[in-house]
Amino acid sequence: MTLHTDVVCPFCGCLCDDIAVEVENNEIIEVKNACELGYSKIVNHLERYRSPMIRENGKLKEVSYDDAIEKIAEILSSSKRVLYYGWSNTTCEAQKIGIHLAELTGGVIDNTTSVCHGPSVLAIHNVGYPGTTLGQVKNRANLIIYWGCNPLAAHPRHLSRYTTYPRGFFRQKGYEQRYLVVIDVRETDTAKIANKFIKVRPNSDYAVINALRAILRGHEDVIPPEVGGVPKEELVKLVERMKSAEFGALFFGLGLTMSRGRYKNIENAIKLVEDLNRYTKFTLTPMRGHYNVTGFNLVCAWETGYPYGVDFSKGYPWYNPGETTAVDVLLRGDLDALFVMGSDPAANFPKEVLKKMSEIPVILIDPFPNVTSSFADVIVPSAINGVEAEGTAYRMDSVPIRLRKFIETDFLSDEEIMKRIYESVERRLKG
Amino acid sequence: MRLQIKNGVVFDPLNGISGEVMDIFIEDGKIVEECKAERIIDASGKLVFPGGIDIHAHVAGPKVTSGRILRPEDHRIGVEKRWNGIHSGTGFSIPSTRVTGYRYARMGYTTVIEAAMPPLEAKHTHEEMVSIPIIDNAALTLFGNNWNVMELVRNEDYDSLSSFIAWMLRTTKGFGVKLVNPGGVENWGWGKDVDSIHSKVLHFDVTPAEIIRSLAIVNDRLKLPHSIHIHFNNLGHPGNYETTLESMKLVEDLKGERQSMHATHLQFHSYGGEKWKDMCSKSEEIAKYINKHEHITADMGQVIFGDTTTMTSDGPMEFSLYKLSGRKWSNHDVEIETGAGIIPVFYSSKNAVNSIQWAIGLELGLLIEDPWKIFVSTDHPNGGSFLFYPYIISWLMSEKRRKRTISRIHQAVNSRAILGSIDKERDFNDICIMTRSGPARALGLHKYGKGHLGVGADADIAIYDIDPKDVDPSEESNKILKAFRLTHCTIKGGEIVSRGGEILSSVDGKTIWCNPYLRNDEFEKIRKRIERKFYLNYTVSLSNYPVFDAYVPNPMEIRIEVS
Ligand code: SF4
Ligand SMILES: [Zn+2]
Repeated sequence: MTLHTDVVCPFCGCLCDDIAVEVENNEIIEVKNACELGYSKIVNHLERYRSPMIRENGKLKEVSYDDAIEKIAEILSSSKRVLYYGWSNTTCEAQKIGIHLAELTGGVIDNTTSVCHGPSVLAIHNVGYPGTTLGQVKNRANLIIYWGCNPLAAHPRHLSRYTTYPRGFFRQKGYEQRYLVVIDVRETDTAKIANKFIKVRPNSDYAVINALRAILRGHEDVIPPEVGGVPKEELVKLVERMKSAEFGALFFGLGLTMSRGRYKNIENAIKLVEDLNRYTKFTLTPMRGHYNVTGFNLVCAWETGYPYGVDFSKGYPWYNPGETTAVDVLLRGDLDALFVMGSDPAANFPKEVLKKMSEIPVILIDPFPNVTSSFADVIVPSAINGVEAEGTAYRMDSVPIRLRKFIETDFLSDEEIMKRIYESVERRLKG
Repeated sequence: MRLQIKNGVVFDPLNGISGEVMDIFIEDGKIVEECKAERIIDASGKLVFPGGIDIHAHVAGPKVTSGRILRPEDHRIGVEKRWNGIHSGTGFSIPSTRVTGYRYARMGYTTVIEAAMPPLEAKHTHEEMVSIPIIDNAALTLFGNNWNVMELVRNEDYDSLSSFIAWMLRTTKGFGVKLVNPGGVENWGWGKDVDSIHSKVLHFDVTPAEIIRSLAIVNDRLKLPHSIHIHFNNLGHPGNYETTLESMKLVEDLKGERQSMHATHLQFHSYGGEKWKDMCSKSEEIAKYINKHEHITADMGQVIFGDTTTMTSDGPMEFSLYKLSGRKWSNHDVEIETGAGIIPVFYSSKNAVNSIQWAIGLELGLLIEDPWKIFVSTDHPNGGSFLFYPYIISWLMSEKRRKRTISRIHQAVNSRAILGSIDKERDFNDICIMTRSGPARALGLHKYGKGHLGVGADADIAIYDIDPKDVDPSEESNKILKAFRLTHCTIKGGEIVSRGGEILSSVDGKTIWCNPYLRNDEFEKIRKRIERKFYLNYTVSLSNYPVFDAYVPNPMEIRIEVS
């Protein structure tokens, strides 16, 4: 039996790197420290593909890796416009080749950002990003605010590892020295354990942030007795608490990015945090979902200048969210093929988009069957990153961590598959 | 390939060669005495320099990419198409990685030092350095606000401090010791700064002065090729020249074989006055000090009029700039270690302060007499893009050109700066020193084949289409500008990588890093010390913290043996 310590969990943006895994005869015997989500991702009892497959006459037929990769290269090199989508559940090494492949073929590349924290990125373009690594919060923060997110469900160890419960250098008593506020439209599990829960009427976040900013700037007098379902005196108290915190940290989720106002909400929240820095220390962090959604934004930005939704059809990177982002590109219907890695778009794209997907060849690279599989014309099973393959991922606060490999497999890694596809496409385009 | 560069007008200050017409032979990526060349480059009437070395630029890593994400508008310009296997890219002040390498190469630069690597995110810096083609990179690891450093300085435990620095350089694959606003960035963890080098860092009971001196001592004990590399406290504040002088004095007695301190972007640290209203140049005082002493080297940190992005690890400074500009602001604190701030900025020639800043950079470049002490830089992209180095060269070489610029900008430049009264002009030999041989020596890289053209040196060479005997730089500054923008050809590691601005070959650059000597027992002792506290303070495990070999596929490791 081998015990692997400090293993990195390849599930959510917390990227916990304190997991212990016992392995015997190349099988996982036990997983310690992970939350339930992480546990089931690492142990995984899901069905796997047995081999690469190509659809012929409507039926998937098992083929070799070489055949599948050649088929993919054939589709990509003969297409005028391909969308390369997904990338949030794969390594930076694979993402980088994906970006170069999109460049090589003049395609569009986008990750799941465009359907989750896209509005946050737009807000950052406009007003900035007063962020921090999570350890700064652990060591210093005495006020934690979660807005429009429910970490106990989606990022189960966020509170215990980074924000609320751990002992920190300047917070030796941990929880006792911190104050937890949850702001949301419903009383979530996280709200239940908070020191203070503030319930906001749906789609009123923008107004509430505005009121907080006004109070902070000394315009309490213009605030009506109630804003977005929150009594004025609650807002005044919250502002007092924020101003007098030694170190405050605001975390926000899709409840803020996807409700009415979208990027305007985030802009306003960022502005609030900027305003607060004139009084004390305050930071802001988006609760990124997939374990390497952040990594894609970074790799894409350093390789192309832009964080997602990049179109190479002009021969250089072009970015225009709403035009060069996945759903928009698919809806326009001018694609010849869809290439998916590390995501399951069919599970959450709108119906009209799925219809478009069914009209073009779809290439899917993933360890597991998913909803997109039924649309796929070529399927290439890959090794599970962080279990069977190593590589880089970036935590929600942009800290890079290297995923470990502790199980041997015959499946190729995403990186290896991408390398082979790239080489084959390059050969074909030259030849 | 074996190459012969024929009849070039060669400058090689480290070997005492200044404008001699001679041949250079290249074999296996190195300069050799002579060889049977497969290819001859006719360089008659052309200027031959060693490859350029940028001693301080922000080209790779977390802060640079935060800047890219903050500023999509910067990427609407500087667009380059994919061409013949050469990657596309975008961006002006914060170009994407691929075109960063191409642009340096086109200008004849072959080595660039990334000025600030946060240890916790060092993998990120390395990933980007690997994505920058052609040029060799090295990164300076940030130490000035590290908790372990501050504790060991407080305890005056220099043995453990040197083990710690050695361990960290090894762990982050860093090249040297960088300090940014020592103590001030730690205070920024509470939204504060330090106001002098003698005020205490909150909770740590040390002063910036103690941090600076201790790190300089330990840096020299470890026999690192480069000295400490410092961004002083109080950057960009009127009256900060006093802090600068005080800080330089701290290490006056430490001069050994090389300087004991490299003062970076000195322009930003040479201000007099009390408020922005009366801010003025103090370059004379600073230059006088450096001329009299031998322990300082510096780079200019020249400001260029126009739009750019400022990014430093100096979080509190960036926030105070943001409060002045009110445009947009990103910040990124890094636990236990450092911080970062980023804002867009526009240096306007109609603005008094910006015009004075412009003048101060050049004043330093001229008044610091010895070119081995002052190097060309914009602190890219803080003062402006590295693409403006040719402009700086043309200003340094021509009083006439400077006068022309002075006549067009805010006239405070005449009352609160002294550039207009300086008639000194730099010659080609000076420029060669200030852009390659000088930085090489200050970095200690001349011992490892950089910055010169002697036998055994790396064949990193820039050939410019200008004949020094045929041009009067003072009168024909446009010719200088044009010649230094694009090389006739650039050779990197013996390969012709760029010709007339066209990238011919996108070879991979190397990552240069230092591995100081550490006895096994010292290594174990420091590891134990770090281990004990690591779990409590950091949010990653110690075993996941290092930059693994996978991140440095093309290393140039400098092992330092202690005799
Ligand atoms: S919180 Fe996220 S990263 Fe941590 S163990 Fe759970 S799923 Fe994995
Ligand atoms: Zn700098």
